[in-house]
Amino acid sequence: MLSDQIQTKINRELSKYPADQKQSAVMAALRFVQDEKGWIAPDAMADIAVYLGMPQMAVFEVATFYHMYNLKPMGKHTLTVCTNISCMLCGSAETVAHLTRRLGIGFGEVTADGKFGLREGECMGACVDAPMFTINNKKLCGRLTSEKIDQILAELDK
Amino acid sequence: MNAPILLNTSHFDQPWTLENYLKVGGYQALRKVIESKMTPDEIIAEVKLSGLRGRGGAGFPTGLKWSFMPKNYEGDKYLVCNSDEGEPGTCKDRDILRFNPHSLIEGMAIAAYTMNVKVGYNYVHGEIYEAYERMEEACEEARKAGYLGNNILGSGFVFDLHNHLGYGAYVCGEETALLESLEGKKGQPRFKPPFPASFGLYGKPTTINNTETFASIPYIIAQGGKKFADMGVVNSGGVKLFSVSGHVNNPGNFEVPLGTPFKKLLEMAGGVRNGHKLKAVIPGGSSMPVLPGEIMMDLNMDFDSIAKAGSYLGTGAVIVMDETTCMVRALERLSYFYFEESCGQCTPCREGTGWLYRIVHRIEKGEGRAEDLDLLLSLCENIAGRTICALGDAAAWPVQGFLKHYRSEFEYHIEHKRCLVKV
Repeated sequence: MLSDQIQTKINRELSKYPADQKQSAVMAALRFVQDEKGWIAPDAMADIAVYLGMPQMAVFEVATFYHMYNLKPMGKHTLTVCTNISCMLCGSAETVAHLTRRLGIGFGEVTADGKFGLREGECMGACVDAPMFTINNKKLCGRLTSEKIDQILAELDK
Repeated sequence: MNAPILLNTSHFDQPWTLENYLKVGGYQALRKVIESKMTPDEIIAEVKLSGLRGRGGAGFPTGLKWSFMPKNYEGDKYLVCNSDEGEPGTCKDRDILRFNPHSLIEGMAIAAYTMNVKVGYNYVHGEIYEAYERMEEACEEARKAGYLGNNILGSGFVFDLHNHLGYGAYVCGEETALLESLEGKKGQPRFKPPFPASFGLYGKPTTINNTETFASIPYIIAQGGKKFADMGVVNSGGVKLFSVSGHVNNPGNFEVPLGTPFKKLLEMAGGVRNGHKLKAVIPGGSSMPVLPGEIMMDLNMDFDSIAKAGSYLGTGAVIVMDETTCMVRALERLSYFYFEESCGQCTPCREGTGWLYRIVHRIEKGEGRAEDLDLLLSLCENIAGRTICALGDAAAWPVQGFLKHYRSEFEYHIEHKRCLVKV
């Protein structure tokens, strides 16, 4: 079952689209589930399919096509690091190395305490702030240095 | 330097508020259009006169695009803004969304008035959630103040705008993939024709423009198309936002007239990072062919100048590389990107991007073969122009550009199994 909060949020999205085009809200619905649970389980996809009146397979297609959906638990705080060209030129390799050292995990992994997950991302469209990562796809942290990363991690660890 | 047009609220502490937008003459263009009852033809003529060309990368004349919308169509039509800015190096639309959202809303409202459209969608790149939230707030503000909704400025004109957040797919920057995504599907581009003006969102006539394109409209209507055109050069009217990233001291977005010398733009970005020399520049986003620094230093930033030098202005994203950059490593990362982002629909792109990445990767690892460079070029020939959308070309052009200008670096990698560039 989708929680009341999620249903309310989906309903708000549905008001943006024509009444016979409920499927347009599927991307938002998946996002709301991920915001609440940290990832999207197959059961949740089935619930969304029922709620929006679309085939379960079509929900699965969307969930697997777009990179930012977590199809497995990715920790309380998922850090997605951009390693594309502008970030690479500005030292994203050091960002990744520092995070790996601090968290003891690589891309696609979660710390043993479940607090942090690490993902590799593609261009985030904020290249003048390179290098950068996002936290839970919500907050973008740019112009990263080792000190700044330590500060962010300490803040999240509280 | 002229006062900024696209970022004309940037001197305020909170440049995004309606209050501040109104202080710089915001929504006066929309008011002018409605109160003086400008006809669609008059508006389109003004936009044509401005020389405005699409700011999303393809540079298609905006006024002409608007004229494609069927005039006497009975039924729904849609207006879509492409804010899915994911072309590596490009982050100009993000600043419009974050800092001047009402300029986009006003530009879209004028476009909707012109094409008799009642509903618009603004598709925002998934990774910039803060910009999406800012747009949601701005639309609410505009609704309350009567700039969006069922009775705009008391005139009976109806237009509402909704924001839609993407979630990580480069290909959705392609307009028909974006429409598929808006419909709640995988973002796989559609075969054209039919073009969106006849079969767009939900199968209805649709016009899609880039964020910066729409944001240029209020100025053009308020001040006249000629004034806008005159700020640029022939074939490249107006001002443009350039994102300068990579090896510069002061990366950022700079609003300058088209035709501004690259040298000046580089200066505005603080020059090449301290103590280093300019090596290469990608002038218009990662898909555009790379050009050597010495060629760039003599070029102006407009459509024709860059095209004459063998690349394209694209999105106006300038990626600067200094002498420490290994061109094999740089191309490897770009090729990985296109491989990762291919939607898988067309065989030449789905398979070809994998080939490109794997070959450049083995050259970078010191496992390249003598015949690899010709193989890469032959693959490019078999991808570019043979796919439904331009992602195939986007994957091939960087390879061709890097090999055209830096072939010797690739040969050195293959022969010596290591990098020519010593960092």
